[in-house]
Amino acid sequence: MSVRFVVGKVLGAFATLAFVLVFNFFLFRVVESNPVATLYRGRNLTDAQRDELTRQFGLDGSKLEQFVRYVEQTLQLNLGRSYATNRPVIEEIWAAAPQTIALVGVATVISMVIGILMGISAGWRRGTTQDRVLTSTSMATWSTPDFWLGMILLTVFAVQLGLFPTGGIEDPTSGATGFAKLLDQAWHMALPCLTLAIAYVGEFALVMRSSILDVMREDYLTLARAKGLRDAQVRDRHAVRNALLPSTALIAINFGFVLSGAIAVETVFSWPGLGLLTTEALRGPDLPMLQGLFLVFSASVIFFNLVADLLYPLLDPRVRYS
Amino acid sequence: MSAPLLAVRDLAVRYRTDEGDVPAVRGVSFVLDQGETLGLAGESGCGKSSIAGALLRVLPRGTEVTGEILLDGEDVLAMKPGRLRAVRWTELAIVFQGALHALNPVQQVGSQIAEAVEIHGQSLTQERVAELLELVGLPARRARDYPHQLSGGQRQRVLIALALACNPRILVADEPTTALDVMVQAQVLALLEQLQQELGLAMLFITHDLSTLTHVCRRIAVMYAGRIVEEGPSEDVFSRPAHPYTAALAAAFPVIGDPAFRMRPSGLGGDPPDPRAIPTGCPFHPRCPVVRDECARTDVELWPVADGRRAACVRVLDGPGAGTA
Ligand SMILES: Nc1ncnc2c1ncn2[C@@H]1O[C@H](COP(=O)(O)OP(=O)(O)OP(=O)(O)O)[C@@H](O)[C@H]1O
Ligand SMILES: [Mg+2]
Repeated sequence: MSVRFVVGKVLGAFATLAFVLVFNFFLFRVVESNPVATLYRGRNLTDAQRDELTRQFGLDGSKLEQFVRYVEQTLQLNLGRSYATNRPVIEEIWAAAPQTIALVGVATVISMVIGILMGISAGWRRGTTQDRVLTSTSMATWSTPDFWLGMILLTVFAVQLGLFPTGGIEDPTSGATGFAKLLDQAWHMALPCLTLAIAYVGEFALVMRSSILDVMREDYLTLARAKGLRDAQVRDRHAVRNALLPSTALIAINFGFVLSGAIAVETVFSWPGLGLLTTEALRGPDLPMLQGLFLVFSASVIFFNLVADLLYPLLDPRVRYS
Repeated sequence: MSAPLLAVRDLAVRYRTDEGDVPAVRGVSFVLDQGETLGLAGESGCGKSSIAGALLRVLPRGTEVTGEILLDGEDVLAMKPGRLRAVRWTELAIVFQGALHALNPVQQVGSQIAEAVEIHGQSLTQERVAELLELVGLPARRARDYPHQLSGGQRQRVLIALALACNPRILVADEPTTALDVMVQAQVLALLEQLQQELGLAMLFITHDLSTLTHVCRRIAVMYAGRIVEEGPSEDVFSRPAHPYTAALAAAFPVIGDPAFRMRPSGLGGDPPDPRAIPTGCPFHPRCPVVRDECARTDVELWPVADGRRAACVRVLDGPGAGTA
């Protein structure tokens, strides 16, 4: 892998990020030209108060001045203040991110492992009942809207059966600490996590299945079989390893969507992460918050795409040595 | 009399596809004894590789293989999975066609060789890999290379080393020189001949180039449309062909590296028949330069021509001295 390749990919990622930054600025100016008027509609503001608010929200001066200031501040990780809470946007995002990373991260890892195993056994036994069942299950779960699935699980397992809490991240009345607190949080996470895992598993399964099918036509599998390897050895040592290569990109890219991946599900389960923050900001609308979230979500997708681009050559010797 | 090392009887291979069955091999019989060399020649698609794959039962799942493949008298087609795995590579090994694709692109060639050694329970794998690579004329350090780092000729040598990993008694070489340029072809051929003699291997050598076979093999069998149409000692078959198809193959001047030659080495007009629509009577009759009226109706079989020679052509029945063009 050449230095030029790496530098090219990194520069590409920065260019995309710069585009998002600019786009972000204009998008939100187009949506809302005078937020102060909107937010304080019906209240009597003096001119001095209005000017003060306009300045606070960074809406004073010409569009160009605003843009320059916006870029400067963003580069210093100053994303402005939330209209709703008046706290810095970056702090709100910082506080909500761990919950989202935990929820969506765990769901992604679980669905990835299960999905890949499903894809392998479906593809390797192509055309069998096992394959048909796994493939149609994957298609069904992949096409199920996650909020709808979340609501069903919530109604059945939390409301009717009472097996799980109905929402939130912990029981505010328990006052548990340490390990007990962690356990309580895991308990709260179970249903939203299951929802997301079910929603994600199909994609992994279908992608892995098709990679396996591609690899199965390869001559080196015939050679491996002719050498006297067992069917499972041919599968694990040759087919799976090679089929995982193209899936790595998908996996890396999926991690990019961890931050933004659970807006609907977090809302259904009142899980206090970035998704819930987004829904609340939309209600306002809390423009600086939305703008900040949008930027963070995009940056994460761009970053993991870069990781995917850089990872593939490391894993594939054909690319590594050329 | 003890059983021959390898006796193939009435072997038939039918692939199953969405567009119907493909009868790629339709009743092939031959015998290969210890240390013997048999060449299998014929145009692309006549079923040569299908025979190779059938010998170790590595054709795609669902393919129908019938007949008998007797290894030391034991039928490969009737073996239980465990027995079959034990026989693979230790009794018979294949140098597969297309060296680039036969090797796993993301594993070092040394570990692909070592895997064969280790799976059959031999130890000292690293030393054995080095020894095998040196046997085929490659430095031992090449073990750490990936297939794409090797030239075509080197890859072919790796495949040969891999085939020899478990000391098989039978080596099947499926077009081992096809994709190589002339110089390298000659080197690989010389290597195979030398190894065959030194190790006393029985060898089934597959190619579409009849003249190559006459150098390497004592006996040759010429295939057309899934059947053997002529067999006998290579010099005799090559210099005095009894079947008009063999005559066309023998007369053809190989244009090495020319894909058109590979597809049509006979220099004959017309295409080899589609295995799904094989002509009645003698399958060669539509392309035969010396065709007779009866050829479309007569079911030809391998009739004796002379000592140890047989050919599937009605002209053989005319009696001796009825040589072809
Ligand atoms: N997996 C398969 N499924 C269906 N048909 C197949 C399959 N493999 C081979 N065939 C067909 O069977 C026939 C014989 O193929 P085979 O590979 O044995 O020919 P060959 O003599 O080795 O040719 P070549 O010189 O091109 O290697 C061809 O018509 C081919 O299209
Ligand atoms: Mg072939």
